[in-house]
Amino acid sequence: MSRTFDTSSPTTTSTDEAKIHYLFQLADNALIMGQRLCEWTGVAPELEIDLALCNIALDHLGQANAWYEYLVEIYPQATDVDQLAFCRDEHQYYNITLVELPNGDFAQTIAKMALFSIFNYYLHDALRQCSDARIAAIAARSYKEIQYHRRYASNWLLRLGDGTDISHERMQKALDIVWDHAFEAFTPSPADHIMHQQGIAPDLEQIKALWEDEVHQLLHKATLSIPDTGFTGYRAKSDGVHTEHMGYLLAEMQYMQRRYPNLQW
Amino acid sequence: MEHTTSIDLEKRFEEKIARELKIEPKDWMPEEYRRMLIRQISQHAHSEVIGMLPEKNWLTRAPTLRRKMALLAKIQDEAGHGLYLYSAVETLGVSREQLYRDFLDGKAKYSNIFNYPALTWADIGVIGWLVDGAAIVNQVSLQRTSFGPYARAMVRICKEENFHQRQGYSICLTLARGSAEQRQMLQDAINRWWWPVLMMFGPPDAESKHSQKSMKWKIKRASNDTLRQKFIDQTVPQLEYLGMKAPDPHLKWNPERGHYDYGPIDWEEFWNVIRGKGPCNKERLRTKRVAYEEGQWVRDAAIAYAKEYN
Amino acid sequence: MKEWPLWEVFIRSKNGQYHKHVGSVHATDAQMAIEHARDTYTRRNEGVSIWVVPSKYITASDPEDEDMLFEPAKDKVYRHPTFYKLPDDVKNI
Repeated sequence: MSRTFDTSSPTTTSTDEAKIHYLFQLADNALIMGQRLCEWTGVAPELEIDLALCNIALDHLGQANAWYEYLVEIYPQATDVDQLAFCRDEHQYYNITLVELPNGDFAQTIAKMALFSIFNYYLHDALRQCSDARIAAIAARSYKEIQYHRRYASNWLLRLGDGTDISHERMQKALDIVWDHAFEAFTPSPADHIMHQQGIAPDLEQIKALWEDEVHQLLHKATLSIPDTGFTGYRAKSDGVHTEHMGYLLAEMQYMQRRYPNLQW
Repeated sequence: MEHTTSIDLEKRFEEKIARELKIEPKDWMPEEYRRMLIRQISQHAHSEVIGMLPEKNWLTRAPTLRRKMALLAKIQDEAGHGLYLYSAVETLGVSREQLYRDFLDGKAKYSNIFNYPALTWADIGVIGWLVDGAAIVNQVSLQRTSFGPYARAMVRICKEENFHQRQGYSICLTLARGSAEQRQMLQDAINRWWWPVLMMFGPPDAESKHSQKSMKWKIKRASNDTLRQKFIDQTVPQLEYLGMKAPDPHLKWNPERGHYDYGPIDWEEFWNVIRGKGPCNKERLRTKRVAYEEGQWVRDAAIAYAKEYN
Repeated sequence: MKEWPLWEVFIRSKNGQYHKHVGSVHATDAQMAIEHARDTYTRRNEGVSIWVVPSKYITASDPEDEDMLFEPAKDKVYRHPTFYKLPDDVKNI
C-alpha cells in the first residue's frame, strides 16, 4: 500500500471526522514545535540551554508520536505514524501558524514557546479531565511536560524582558513578531467546535481568558508592553492555510520520505 | 609547623598512582600532570560539543519520527557529556569560559573526526556505529584513569553511550536490509568514514609524543595502537554481518597474531586535519563561534536579571 | 560580562537515599541551576530530588590534613562491633 497521503483534508461533517481533525491539530502543533526546536541543537546561547531545548524538543516529538499513534488506530486512511508525520501535503497539516514561525533569535524562540506553552498548558489541563479516556490519558502525560515548558519559557521571558536594555528591546521585538499568530489558538476550528459540543474539547473562550490573564501578568512583570494585535485571521488549524515558512519547514522535514518513498529507515 | 617537602609530596603522589588510588582535585599533583589533565579532558569536552554538529545536520531531515527522537536524544547526551567533562576539568580550578574561548579561537584541539562532513542519512548510522564505537573503546579504558573526576565522568558517559552505538548500528542494519540504493548509500558512508575513524585513536605509539608520560601517570590506560586494534577486531565481524566491505584491501584475519591485519593509514591526512586543513574545520568552528557570539546578550541578560533580584 | 557562576549538584536517586554529589552546572540563579541540573543529570530517571549550591560556598578539607583528620579514627577499633569477642551462646547481641 502506498504511504502517500492522497486524500483531501478530512471534512468535519461527522463526529469521527472532527475527532480525527482535532487529533491532527494536537499532533501537528507538537510535531512542528519539536521540529523547529531541533534547529537550535548545537547552537544555543549556552551549553546548558542546548540541553534544555533538546529536552523540550524531545517532549514535543514524543507527544506528536503519541497522538499519531492514536490516529493510526482510528483513522482508516492512516497506515503508520511516519506516513502521518511526513507524507502529507502542506494543506493537510493543522497546526497553528505560531509554531511554524522561524526560531529567529533566542528571544523569538522564547516568545513563541511562552505564548504557545501557556495556551497548551490550559488546553491540556482541560483535556486530561475530558470524557474521552484515550485523549485524557495522552493529555495527562503531556501535561506534566508542558508545565515545565511553560515555566521554562516564562522564566526566560522574565530574564530577557527585565535583563539588559538590549535583551529588553529584543524580547519586545520578538513578541511583536509572533503575537498575532497566538490568537489562532483561540479561534475555533470546525473540529474544535464539534469536539467542544461532544464535551471533549474545552471552551476556547475560557482558555483565552486564562491565557490573557497569565500572559498580561507575565509581560507586566517582565517590564514588557502588550503588543498591538494586528491580523488575527490565521486559520491553518481549520483548513491548512499556512504562512510562507511552512513550505520550507516541510521541504526539509519530508526530504527523505519524498526522495525515497515507501522504504524502511 | 611541619613542612612536607615537595619531594615527599611527589613520592606520595607516585605511590598513589602505583597503588591505583585515584587523584582527587585538591590533592597535590605535579604541574605537568595537572596540565596534561586540563589539556586532555577539555579536548575531550570540546569533541563532545562539536560532535553535535555533523549529526545535527540530519536531525531536521531524519526519515522517521522514532529515528528523529533517538538521534535528538543522542545529540543531547553529547551536550550532557560535554558538560560532565567540563565539570570534571573545572574541579582543577580552570574556568570553562576560558577553555571554551581557547577552543573557539582554534587554540585547543578536538577530535579530528568531526571535521568530516555528514553527507547522507547513512552517515548518521555510520557515525553512531563507528565513531561512537571507537569513542567507547577509548572511554571504556579511560574509566580507569587516575584522576577521580575524569574517571567518574567516564563511567557515567560509558553507561549512557551504549545506546548510541546501538542506534547507529540499527540504522545501518535497516539500510543493509533495504533497497540497492540504500545499501549503496551505506557502503559509500562506510568508505568515507572508515579511515578517519581508525585515525581517532591517534598516531602510532612510536610517534605519539604525549603518550608515554600519560601512560606512566595512568591518565591514559592503553596505547593508541592497542585500542585501534581492539576496535578493528570487534568491528570487522559487525561489518561482515551487514554484508558491507571496508575500503582496505589488506584487512584480513591473522590467525597467528589472533588479530585482524590492516593496511597503512594515511597519517599525512591526519596531520593535515589536525593543522586545520580538514574539509569542515573552518565551518565547524565558525558555527560554534557565531553561536557563542550571538548568545552573549542572552548570557548577559541572565546575569543582569539575577543581580537585580538576588 | 562575566561567566555564569558555578553550582554543585546533588541528586537523591530515590526516597530513602542520601543526596549524592554528581557534578556541576553553570547558572545565574538557583531556579535556573535546578533546571540545568535536571536536564544535565537526570535524563534517565536518575533522581527524585535535586540540591544545588553555589560552588563558592563549598568548603573542603585540605588533603594535606588527611592524616591529621582521618588517621586517628583508624586506631579506634573499639568503635566497631567486631572488636568485642563474646561467647557464641550469647544471642541477639
